[in-house]
Amino acid sequence: MTTTVSTEAGGRTVRKDAPGAARGSRRRTGRLRRAGLPYFLLLPALILELLVHLVPMVIGIVMSFKELTQFFIRDWSTAPWSGLDNYTVSVDFDAPVGEALLHSFLVTVAFTLLSVGLCWLIGTAAAICMQDTFRGRGLLRALFLVPYALPVYAAVITWVFMFQHDNGLVNHVLHDQLHLTDKPSFWLIGDNSFYALLTVSVWKGWPFAFLIVMAGLQNIPRELYEAAALDGAGVWKQIRHITLPSLSAVNQVLVLVLFLWTFNDFNTPYVLFGRTAPEAADLISVHIYQASFVTWNFGTGSAMSVLLLLFLLLVTGVYLAVTSRGRRTSRV
Amino acid sequence: MRSIRAAAVGAVTMSLALAATACGGGSAAGGGSNDSPKTLTYWASNQGASIEIDKKVLQPELDKFEKQTGVKVKLEVVPWSDLLNRILTATTSGQGPDVLNIGNTWSASLQATGALLPWDAKQFDAIGGKDRFVASALGSTGAEGKDPAAVPLYSMAYALYYNKKMFADAGIANPPATWAELIADGKKLSKGGKWGLGAEGSNPSENIHHVFVFAKQHGADFFTADGKPDFTNDGVVSAVQQYVGLMASDKIIAPGNAEYAQNQSVSDFAKGKNAMLLWQSASANLKSQGMSEADYGIAPVPVQSGTPGTGANVNSMVAGINMAVFKNTHNLDGATEFVKFMTSDAEQKILNTAYSSIPPVAAAQADAAFNTPANAVLKDTLAKSAAALPQVADESQFETAVGTAVKELFADAAAGRAVTAESVKAKLEKAQQQMPTK
Repeated sequence: MTTTVSTEAGGRTVRKDAPGAARGSRRRTGRLRRAGLPYFLLLPALILELLVHLVPMVIGIVMSFKELTQFFIRDWSTAPWSGLDNYTVSVDFDAPVGEALLHSFLVTVAFTLLSVGLCWLIGTAAAICMQDTFRGRGLLRALFLVPYALPVYAAVITWVFMFQHDNGLVNHVLHDQLHLTDKPSFWLIGDNSFYALLTVSVWKGWPFAFLIVMAGLQNIPRELYEAAALDGAGVWKQIRHITLPSLSAVNQVLVLVLFLWTFNDFNTPYVLFGRTAPEAADLISVHIYQASFVTWNFGTGSAMSVLLLLFLLLVTGVYLAVTSRGRRTSRV
Repeated sequence: MRSIRAAAVGAVTMSLALAATACGGGSAAGGGSNDSPKTLTYWASNQGASIEIDKKVLQPELDKFEKQTGVKVKLEVVPWSDLLNRILTATTSGQGPDVLNIGNTWSASLQATGALLPWDAKQFDAIGGKDRFVASALGSTGAEGKDPAAVPLYSMAYALYYNKKMFADAGIANPPATWAELIADGKKLSKGGKWGLGAEGSNPSENIHHVFVFAKQHGADFFTADGKPDFTNDGVVSAVQQYVGLMASDKIIAPGNAEYAQNQSVSDFAKGKNAMLLWQSASANLKSQGMSEADYGIAPVPVQSGTPGTGANVNSMVAGINMAVFKNTHNLDGATEFVKFMTSDAEQKILNTAYSSIPPVAAAQADAAFNTPANAVLKDTLAKSAAALPQVADESQFETAVGTAVKELFADAAAGRAVTAESVKAKLEKAQQQMPTK
């Protein structure tokens, strides 16, 4: 990049000082043009990328340093700078705001670990079971992908109906038919809401894991299994020593993507519980939404978003560093 | 190879960074203009049983307005779950409707944002003067001492709706006038899968309306005289405990109501699952659910003792809808003209009849159409025993914080946990700490 700039500057000086050297300068601009063309072609994409992604992000970060309450939202420029106030409020875990944020963060971590783990486990198990050809395999595969293909809102609102206390299908089955509970349980309020959320999240997320792992399985040569079978390895041994190691690259990306999606998931809890989620299922995305939109304090909401961003950056960086190193050494 | 991997790590990290913080918008200052004098955009609130019904009610009136003035009004009926967010977004971006409906309790909060056109004397003169409106309705249009942020459009009050047949079957002659009577009646009615009373336990706004009235009846307020939150005083705590206690200890509300937030309690009442309902202007809604007007009676909301009145005998909030003009409008004259049209005596009669609400315009209110027994109760309540919710800038936050606290208490009650003075106080304490400090 720097060389391009210096060539340009050089070209200009040449043209100004010595008009006789026009031929050499033309050749140089020609080279410059050729070198610059890819960058020029990238420019529209770059500008759009900046506009769509970077600018809102920067505005979000700027907002986090402002006292952006209802008194100033009409004209942001008048909002006073609050320095680090929004951040100190957010991370002061002895005070109510910070305490609630920490609680929400821990709930989200537990929820994400469970959801990603279950999604991966069910998805992988299903993909391995679907590996051998049998009648109706195509139909089953298509059926498994339905939750992933459904619009989120339609799918989750159906779950809301099923989880209802009085007329819901879940209570009908668990209580009325199977008699597993003494009385109908509440799923959308109180402590059970965590399990309701987890159920919907796993239901919605595992087909993606299934899809990706299924694609990954296609790349494992059949000969490996045949050789292993000849050596007397059973199904479990084959899975442990052939399937899983061969999938490690796929899994690395899959788990990361699932983690980020689940951690940031807003639609599921919002449609399930509305704008104020029960404490047991107070995911951080809805919590931040509430901190900004419901209390009209967009500064604090932004500060919490930035903290969340930093945390996810850290997790992703460490995750990629660790898993990449692990794979490199294992390959050597 | 190493650099490619580093680049890949960088790219993933960056795209994640971008995904996590995406919130922005523009800002626009400045007042209204008359740049587009021939069109108006109007955000109506959802007053009827459905958005479709609202469109059917409003469109003929808008056509009438177009015929009179040549101004075309583009109508959008915004559901309650979205309305406040939509207004906030419009405020932040400066891009909004010209005229809009707001819940009257939001007046002071929205007034503080400066997004709404203040109704000073000149502006009021343009629509026929401030004194056309009933005083109680004007009391819920913004903070005291400031020009109102909006003009009253529909007035409503809470009343006790009761199922006549269920009352007769249980041998109850008259609707309850005090809470003690209501609980006694409720216990007689709560059996065989039917319940005494319905509630919207997961709807923060409904919760607020009720605990506000209970607090008044305990001689307490949620805000101090100088506008500071005071949610944990003894009166408020006993008020909240008494309301949630209807489910927790008196057991006259079905536990399932704790998760209601979509007006299911109105449907339950229409279907005869609940014998009583505390609701504002429910007639039109009940009719659309197939309940005939002859099947239910309307009585004032009970008080602790005596008869409804002022002070500790308040038995309703001043409920209603206000009409506001967005400050950034491009058709200030047209917007003012439209508010004048909607608050005219003739339109007030048509609209308030359709929505079974009470006109906040004195001349329209005197019309015979609003003297039916049902409307008489509501009118009486509004005139004599209704109080406006606190007109403070933090009102909207208060609704959310305390409304959510009550929702959590209902969840406790539904799960069979005791709702004690301590547990109520703890929740209210938490709600108070969530309020803005500045």
